[in-house]
Amino acid sequence: MKPVKYLLLSLLGMSLHVSAQTVVDDAWVRATVAGQPSSGAFMHITASTDSKLVEVKSPVAKTVQIHESTMKNDVMSMQQVPSVALPAGKTVAIDPEGYHVMLMDLKGQIKEGDNVPLTLIVEDSKGVKEAIEVTAKARALNSMQMDMHDHGAMQH
Amino acid sequence: MNELLTRRHVVAGLGVLSLGLLAGCDMGSGLSYKYAKDLSNEIMGRKFKLRDAEGNEMMLGSFRGMMPMIFFGFTQCPAVCPTALARAAQAKKLMGPDGDRLQVVFITLDPERDKPAMLDAYVKAFDPTFIALSGTLEETAATAKEFKVFYEKIPTGDSYTISHTGTSFVFDSRGVLRMGLSPSLSAKQCTEDLLTVMSVC
Repeated sequence: MKPVKYLLLSLLGMSLHVSAQTVVDDAWVRATVAGQPSSGAFMHITASTDSKLVEVKSPVAKTVQIHESTMKNDVMSMQQVPSVALPAGKTVAIDPEGYHVMLMDLKGQIKEGDNVPLTLIVEDSKGVKEAIEVTAKARALNSMQMDMHDHGAMQH
Repeated sequence: MNELLTRRHVVAGLGVLSLGLLAGCDMGSGLSYKYAKDLSNEIMGRKFKLRDAEGNEMMLGSFRGMMPMIFFGFTQCPAVCPTALARAAQAKKLMGPDGDRLQVVFITLDPERDKPAMLDAYVKAFDPTFIALSGTLEETAATAKEFKVFYEKIPTGDSYTISHTGTSFVFDSRGVLRMGLSPSLSAKQCTEDLLTVMSVC
């Protein structure tokens, strides 16, 4: 491997980065049991310029809210937030530990493997809104965050 | 004479030993946990009476012989409650054959919305041996109070979420409260301390 190759690779990476506005990866929704009225959607969002996630819509739920989980003295709280900051180039995790998307008043059961359409409304620093269509795969109800293991260990 | 004394000692020793065997437990409370909070000096869970999905009245004594791990939550909690349930299911697996003696009990803090059949299907999606309990609003409040579990409804639009204590309370197989597991611990960390409790009772 010569240094030139590294340079090429990094240039390629940069150009990809600039061309993409907001990239959403690993979007998933937790499956539900029959009669369960709500669930959560999780993903990674990377915006190319300073932006914020201001709204999420989905045809599977009557109400969609953005919530934040916090834990203080082992008391877990969930609270609605107006938006989630998406700093330029930084991957923001929308996961059970922090910000997450609440799908409320579900119109039906979400089964493992279902494709759940989500529309993310992202607003840039100039106030311009962009709608991003995402398909989130429903994972088994008992899915854990992949990094859950290390997560707990890291706090000690 | 000397021999007799020795035998007496042995017999006495056996007596103590068999008492211990009868109880099947080490009575000492000096267990040291790697991650859990020692709750052996606390009195919790002696009074609660709630119902399972079939309407059977359940109390701590209903789980005798098993090692109950009790925690509180609600099904419309998309984030932390399923993580805690998934962690419990994983810990049970990590315990190997000993996991068969771990009885995971999920108590809903939201009996208005968590109807027994749905609640039961929900916890059993994590592990078919898990049990969900519910009560009236008053019974729920009394049970939470007994466990010093804080909970509070937080309105969000037309709906609400519930802030609540995420501790899992672990009792030994005689129903003696042993430890509390923080929601920030991993399944592996929980397993280590669950096996410590199981090693004595």
